[in-house]
Amino acid sequence: MTDPVLDIRDLKIALPKGSDRPFALDGLNLSVNPGEIVCLVGESGSGKSLTAGAIMRLLPEPHVRVAEGSIRFEGQDLLALSEREMKQIRGDRIAQIFQEPMTALNPQKTVGWQIDEVLRLHTGLGRKARRARVLELLDLVHIPDPRSVYHAYPHQVSGGQRQRVMIAMALACEPKLIIADEPTTALDVTTQLQILKLIRELQEKEGAGILFITHDFGVVAEIADRVVVLSKGEMVEQGTAAEVLNRPKHPYTRALIGAIPALVPPRPRDFRDAPVVLRAEGLVKTFAARGSLISGKRAPVTAVDNLSFTLRRGETLGVVGESGSGKTTVSRIVTRLLESDCGAVEVDGTDLLACSPRELREMRRHIQMVFQDPMASLNPRKRVEDLIAQGPIVHGADPKAARARARELLELVELSPAAATRYPHEFSGGQRQRIGIARALAMEPKVIVADEPVSALDVSVQAQVLKLLADLRDRLDLSVLFVTHDLRVAAQLCDRVIVMQKGRIVETGVTAELFAAPSHPYTQQLLASIPGRGWTPPDLATDAA
Amino acid sequence: MQLTQVLTYALRRLLQAVPVVILIMVGTFLLLKLAPGDTVDALVGDMGGADAAYIARLRAEYGLDQPVWVQLGRYMAKLIQFDFGWSFVYEQPVAAILWERLGTTLMLMGTSLSLAFSIGVGLGAIAARRAYSLTDNAISTLGLIFYATPSFFLSLMMILLFSVKLGWLPVSGLSDVAAFYTGWDHVIDVVLHLIMPTAALSLIYLSFYLRLMRASVLEVADLDFVRTARAKGAGETRLMIHHIMRNALLPVVTLLGLQFSTVLGGSVVVETIFALPGLGQLAYQSVIQRDMNMLMGIIFLCAIIVVIVNFLTDLLYARLDSRIALK
Amino acid sequence: MTAATTDLPRAEAAPAVALWRRFARNRAALLGLVLFGAVLVMAATAGLIEPTDPLRRAGDPLTKPFTDWAVPLGTDQLGRDILAQLFHGARISLLVGVLATLLSIAIGVVVGALAGFFGGWVDDVLMRVTEAFQTIPNFVLLLALVAILGSSIEYITLAIAIVSWTAPARMVRAEFLSLRSREFVDAARNLGVSNGALIFREILPNALPPVIVYASVIMALSILLESALAFLGLGDPNHASWGNMIGQGRAVLRTDWYCAVIPGIAIVLTVLSFSLLGEGLNDALNPRQKKQ
Repeated sequence: MTDPVLDIRDLKIALPKGSDRPFALDGLNLSVNPGEIVCLVGESGSGKSLTAGAIMRLLPEPHVRVAEGSIRFEGQDLLALSEREMKQIRGDRIAQIFQEPMTALNPQKTVGWQIDEVLRLHTGLGRKARRARVLELLDLVHIPDPRSVYHAYPHQVSGGQRQRVMIAMALACEPKLIIADEPTTALDVTTQLQILKLIRELQEKEGAGILFITHDFGVVAEIADRVVVLSKGEMVEQGTAAEVLNRPKHPYTRALIGAIPALVPPRPRDFRDAPVVLRAEGLVKTFAARGSLISGKRAPVTAVDNLSFTLRRGETLGVVGESGSGKTTVSRIVTRLLESDCGAVEVDGTDLLACSPRELREMRRHIQMVFQDPMASLNPRKRVEDLIAQGPIVHGADPKAARARARELLELVELSPAAATRYPHEFSGGQRQRIGIARALAMEPKVIVADEPVSALDVSVQAQVLKLLADLRDRLDLSVLFVTHDLRVAAQLCDRVIVMQKGRIVETGVTAELFAAPSHPYTQQLLASIPGRGWTPPDLATDAA
Repeated sequence: MQLTQVLTYALRRLLQAVPVVILIMVGTFLLLKLAPGDTVDALVGDMGGADAAYIARLRAEYGLDQPVWVQLGRYMAKLIQFDFGWSFVYEQPVAAILWERLGTTLMLMGTSLSLAFSIGVGLGAIAARRAYSLTDNAISTLGLIFYATPSFFLSLMMILLFSVKLGWLPVSGLSDVAAFYTGWDHVIDVVLHLIMPTAALSLIYLSFYLRLMRASVLEVADLDFVRTARAKGAGETRLMIHHIMRNALLPVVTLLGLQFSTVLGGSVVVETIFALPGLGQLAYQSVIQRDMNMLMGIIFLCAIIVVIVNFLTDLLYARLDSRIALK
Repeated sequence: MTAATTDLPRAEAAPAVALWRRFARNRAALLGLVLFGAVLVMAATAGLIEPTDPLRRAGDPLTKPFTDWAVPLGTDQLGRDILAQLFHGARISLLVGVLATLLSIAIGVVVGALAGFFGGWVDDVLMRVTEAFQTIPNFVLLLALVAILGSSIEYITLAIAIVSWTAPARMVRAEFLSLRSREFVDAARNLGVSNGALIFREILPNALPPVIVYASVIMALSILLESALAFLGLGDPNHASWGNMIGQGRAVLRTDWYCAVIPGIAIVLTVLSFSLLGEGLNDALNPRQKKQ
């Protein structure tokens, strides 16, 4: 057996005084062998990204620092090295790939310059040789037309390509260890799959060890050789991918894996006899050429192109697509937060788009929305009870009664009524989203439009909120238009699904049928890109709750 | 970046300034109308009085009996040709006086702003790189004190120290009129005369740029791409030069354009104290002597200068920020 | 699971208390508060120091400071009590500063809110007007306004507000532009809240903190503008003013420099107090920005 490239022993990272816990990371043991991909998995706040900072010696010292333990890279203790020696290792023998490909590249330098910088720092190559190597690297990560990308600025290439550029940069000096910190989290599923394949392919070619940091067990199933699970700074489990994924031992791991939505859609329910509560007819939204005075004219973008659908009482209709598909625009148009260019949105038979401003304000009570970002969608300066009671009060309810009702609604969404007098920032993400749901329910709407309501939440919280939504839907006979990018989430909740691409509906059908036999090539591609689609999470329902 | 792109961009930016200039024309016209007395009153006052019929004839001659919007139209047509009317104080066209005074003010502006900008940016960057150290505290405190000191008080204190007590620098004027210096001696003489006014005008703005640059560098240093560069193995100097400075400069350059008009306003006090024959001193004298045509001429000329400077900083910004495509 | 989700976080201190705690941690800000308090006390007790007229002759002209306890800080060339002028000057500085700031912020908030909320042609028109005001050098415009309106204290305050509203307007507009696309505004709109309530009840309270911080800057600038006017002899001749004292002191700078230096220091310390207060408030309102 070969020696590991990376060997971490009893690593403890101290947080500044007054933090919620003394150690961000408390006793981590981990090793990465050459040619191996080790996934470090945890939810937000688990300390997984700080591990990367500790290895690179780029922690925000002195506030956050390594308190104990050793980090050995190729047998050498990194913690004992001087800053100067460390600088020579960074980018040369250990490279790092970051989460946000947009912000991780300097906006004022060309792509070529930024890759070239690594070579300039760590090799004695001449200008011509470096340029040749950069073009070779761009080609290696499958960027079409490396020459033009070489001279492009980061904002001129797409998100997926930027991440390829980051990978090319990491590979420039053929490092022995690559730390990938959530490298695909900001990407669409189809791009994510391509990048994951690329990382696999290059790793097999170059033989580097990879420490892959992620929160997504689907991605783990896709790429990991071995897995280390972190919970609030403590290592709770480690083992081979097969062991951890299929036979998790620690309760935390079991809960996490149990929370992953299975790719098995619900049994189809029959809505043919239910009345139509929401009908969209021929909706079009074109964002005009923005004559921004600094950036100049841009081409007009058709975000939604001739969209029609119906939603029947009690039904949940999913709108699924990647970024740029127009799915968010749909949620804004049907609630008339955005004006459609033409078409009609009938709520219970009344065309919302034909309403006068006064009629519209009256009609809004019938179609309510749950928003994506639970922090941004609650006014930070209002108390929870005022947030929930605001709608009914605007529509003429007695303020006292509305606030009393708000407390009942809090109980309905499984929050303590004592929450009523608190401010939104005092709650966790999942709790805030419950408040958002209570606010929508306070209006007793005929239709609820949910725009990515769980995509900002950790997977365990996500499962709870989804369950709540499903419960409420069944109990209150709600009709839901559910917008999401996550097919697993759609499979959990939606009776029917609309698949959108570039503003158009490419396919629509009953969820179970569509998942079983997608007919459009794009739907097929989407389904094939779901990370970990080949892995069915073990049934842990019995002890997850 | 191609020449045609630059030209079309430049043209678009200039077109944008047109409504602003028109608004300023209307504004100065309104101010003139609001001011007590008009051209004819001044003329008649100059002559020592005249009978009512003659005054009426003069009014008709100057078009003052016309509807207001006709007067506005004529006024604007004249302004476009840089005809600002007649100064009854100087007995000369306003424009002639303005051209005479423009050079001094531009020289004062140019030196003050370039000093304030370069020193402010430099000190701000240093303070940010050593944030919360003794150096940073010293620089920041100095910045705060400069910022709080009015330019006229600073001027007096410098005069007290360098002219009255030490006798190093001349108190007023642009050059020593009695000395008849030529060549380099003249240049040195002018430089000596400009040291205190430049310092008085630039220190307050220096502290502006310093504070903004410090905040900007601190902000940029926290961004993801700086972390990326660190992970590549780049050293602190390299980070500063190649990754932080250019991005941190952008908001400071924006302020440079926005602040120019304020600095121009500040020259009124400084030019008056040091008796520099520039536009600022002229503005003060026009108020004292109630020469409204002159005052409006100065306002309009200053506005034009500000528009041009803003245009230049826009071009500079576009040059610095690769995200602005000059299409 | 249900039990876990009903767990509430620990109750936090009231927002005002938390704000004060963060503010009080900053020593420079506390110094600003003390200086500001001192100016306030000066303004409040001006009537005790000199109940009738600070501009009357109180002693021999050009009495040096600390020589005659009837006039502790000495007299100027007209025999006026410097201490009395200093205290009454504080009154004028604060009065002009506070009123001009309130007025300019009010104009700025209305213009910025309308431009930022409605966008489109409303924004275009309002922003061109703002740019026009910004293009004219503010002190020159101030001179012109004072020349036309006259130099009584009310008109000076008004004129200062007219030349100072553009910066808060741009700031409020920028805040509105970023806040109006935030989801909580959409959420309120979706509840049927009217535009007026959206502007004033939803967005404005969230847009105000940076404006409040900036008010300290306008306050400082207003005091500087008023003193510069008075220095040039264009202030209200009926009131004692620090700027005017410095302007008068200029004539005797060579021999009796204290006439200019004493009010000069008063201005520097007052403006400094607003800067420090502003920075302290900023750090207290945006705790993320400061790392230590």
